[in-house]
Amino acid sequence: MAWIVAIVAALALVPELVSSNYVLGLLIVILFSAFLGQSWSILGGMCGQFSLGHASFFGIGLYVSFILQVNFGLSAWLALVAAIVAGAVIGLSIGFISFRYGLRGSYFALVTLAFAEVFRVIASALDITGGGTGRNLPTRVGLEHLQFSTKAGYFYFVLALFAVVQIVTWWIARGRLGARFLAIREDEDAAAALSVNVLQHKLIAIGISGAIAGCGGFFYGQYYYYVDPAIAFGPLQSVEILLAAIIGGMGTLFGPVLGAVVLRMAGELTQSVTGSAPGINLVLYGIVVIAIVRYMPNGVLGGFGALARRIPRRRRAAHAKAEAV
Amino acid sequence: MFDFSIVIQSVITGLMNGAVYALVALGLTLVFGVLHIINFAHGSLLMIAMYGVFFAHQILGIDPYLTIPAMMALMFAAGYLLQRFVIVEAGGGRDSNVLLITLGAALVIENLALYLWAADTRQLQLSYTLSVIDVGFALLPITRVIASAAACVIFAALWLLIERTNFGRAMRAVAKEPMGARVVGINVDRIYALTMGVGAASLGAAGALMLPIFYVTPQVGSVFALLAFTIVVLGGMGSTTGALVGGFVIGVIESLGSLFLGESLGQIGVFALFIAILVLRPRGLFGARV
Amino acid sequence: MLKAEGLTKRFGGLIAVNEASLSIAPGEIAALIGPNGAGKTTLFAMVAGFLEPDGGRVSFMGHDITGQPPHRISALGLVRTFQVVKPFGRLSVLENIAVGAYARLAGRKEAHAYAREVGRSVGLGKELDKVALALTVAGRKRLELARALATRPKLLLLDEVLAGLTPTEVDDIVPIIRKIREGGVTILLIEHVMQAVMRLSERTYVINSGRIIAEGSPHEVIRNPAVIEAYLGPGAALTAQQFAGEARP
Repeated sequence: MAWIVAIVAALALVPELVSSNYVLGLLIVILFSAFLGQSWSILGGMCGQFSLGHASFFGIGLYVSFILQVNFGLSAWLALVAAIVAGAVIGLSIGFISFRYGLRGSYFALVTLAFAEVFRVIASALDITGGGTGRNLPTRVGLEHLQFSTKAGYFYFVLALFAVVQIVTWWIARGRLGARFLAIREDEDAAAALSVNVLQHKLIAIGISGAIAGCGGFFYGQYYYYVDPAIAFGPLQSVEILLAAIIGGMGTLFGPVLGAVVLRMAGELTQSVTGSAPGINLVLYGIVVIAIVRYMPNGVLGGFGALARRIPRRRRAAHAKAEAV
Repeated sequence: MFDFSIVIQSVITGLMNGAVYALVALGLTLVFGVLHIINFAHGSLLMIAMYGVFFAHQILGIDPYLTIPAMMALMFAAGYLLQRFVIVEAGGGRDSNVLLITLGAALVIENLALYLWAADTRQLQLSYTLSVIDVGFALLPITRVIASAAACVIFAALWLLIERTNFGRAMRAVAKEPMGARVVGINVDRIYALTMGVGAASLGAAGALMLPIFYVTPQVGSVFALLAFTIVVLGGMGSTTGALVGGFVIGVIESLGSLFLGESLGQIGVFALFIAILVLRPRGLFGARV
Repeated sequence: MLKAEGLTKRFGGLIAVNEASLSIAPGEIAALIGPNGAGKTTLFAMVAGFLEPDGGRVSFMGHDITGQPPHRISALGLVRTFQVVKPFGRLSVLENIAVGAYARLAGRKEAHAYAREVGRSVGLGKELDKVALALTVAGRKRLELARALATRPKLLLLDEVLAGLTPTEVDDIVPIIRKIREGGVTILLIEHVMQAVMRLSERTYVINSGRIIAEGSPHEVIRNPAVIEAYLGPGAALTAQQFAGEARP
């Protein structure tokens, strides 16, 4: 907890010291990435349910926020709440459909993928979502509209969101909820034998995860002022969300932060080297994912890396083989 | 008010597409049946095959159908190498690891293609691209006829491989009981790699058959991959019969969905079916109990 | 305390458990023995809620728990361990046990403190910070036991908790099991290790091919001809008698 406060406090000073829009923009993107990554991590890293369609929750929050603000004139703050609720609701729905019927592992991943695609197709077809061309958010600067005229304003906004999510994650991780999530991840039957209501807890995990991602969707809208089906629900969005968590170390408190940093810095680096050629940074990400799984299965942070060091590699592989058989 | 003949046409097109989809699904279901992994890089491998066929025509002037043997061989090698040197090396056996690795591989392959060849849609313009056979109640494009016929033949050949050869028997043994297979002396790791090779080879053939009908972009793989996943889930993970039956069913559903709901919304029919099957009967029509 | 009546389970054409009934009184240590494949673990699974019985009922402390989900049954105080141990591999031993403790305690401090205590009581005191995967077989068996114990169960179903242990390791664990009973926990064990069964159990059930074929004290039960034949094959009872006759001078 002390670490969170320290980091947030240090970051809060940044806009005072740095005026470069480029740097602030980069930091905003990093913090945002970490924010979304943490949302994935709660479901995937802690609870062990890998979602390949996290964009569903993100996109719903984004569209709901736009529709409520533009079509219904709701205030931005209400739209924020609505986005969070929408994310949670979609999370619980997809979760209920999947977990109630016992979908796990790759099957669950496939279902999340399918749902994201369904949302994308629906969003391209409806008028209220602007169809394939998307929608814009009218510029109305001011705190009451949660739109800011300076990068610094957005920086504080995303920093606040980041701080909240880190505290929430920390609180979950240290207590009974987190312990039960981890138990479910490691062995569902053993968890059930110890009085853990597995279905209920998976739903809690996906609900919280969805709520956070929905909130992320809201922020995206306020910052970029635009949404379209690919941005909201596209596979690229889902992939970027999980990359930060996986690269940095899923299930750990600061893994997604580290992952976001690595991700964005690598992205900037490849862009400066190869120009704006599309795709090359994702190639890099893909290679990094494979490398991470191979050499640092618990991410750069190696949240369990310290523990992993205590297990001789052979026994780990043997255990994994025994599990696979 | 709709013309019944349009529906018939749609169904026939669906069946013809379905044969090719079945071939794509076969690779996926085989890999799942034997290796027990869901290969998320399946679509990107198909895409690579299609680009291979495209460039073979553009640069070497070879007719796509003639590339089939070479494509199958090349893709076989690709699949073998992917399994032997990427998945095994990094996987360590854990299911969640393999998921991430095939995902990573998909990212690398798809985006390498994006980087190298850009997002432009490329199509083959062949002398016979637009030729059709008129059978009275429907028009059959030559490309689709060849594709579905060839797909059925290749499917049958692979079926024979699985059911009648020693290799096939080894594959089935490993699928059922890897430990036991090891005990009787089967080199399980090699079977894994070879199976992945066979799965990729079927994509090599499918790619050659599909290019004249469709088009190729870096994303084309994921479009067909989702169809393939749906087929595999409908037919039953690991069932070759299921892949064939599922292929036809999905081909028709996709075609009719397009007809009644339009190009993009029609896709929803397939997705909805996908989700429904996963939820209601995850083992599909012919699969083993999940 | 626990009453199972006429429990039956079929897998396709195979009847794994056939009208099995047993009754455990509070404070007892009872054992369920039988040859491999007799249906012991299947019976446990039905009692603990992991399998739905095709027939019969289970009641625990007067409540009908037939077909209830495992987490609810475990919350009532009926907790099972697994024959093939299922540690939470990447968590530490302490964290593993804490998951059990969290069944009754809500706070982190309390749960961890209690987990520590339980860990020490089964002899894992020095290994609490080790990762579960790093434990030996014996250690993992103790962990399995500790985890279940931390839920403060009223009835423990121990599934072959001694399997794979050396005789010395068995000698170490037997007193721990006795101590658990002294703490007020009723125990039903599945065991193959006969020396432990003889020393621990007060009432023994024998199951073969899904049917309960004998019940009684361990000494009664091993002399039961049906039991001898279950283990050694048909005709063995007679042969055993003959040998017994011959052995006496």
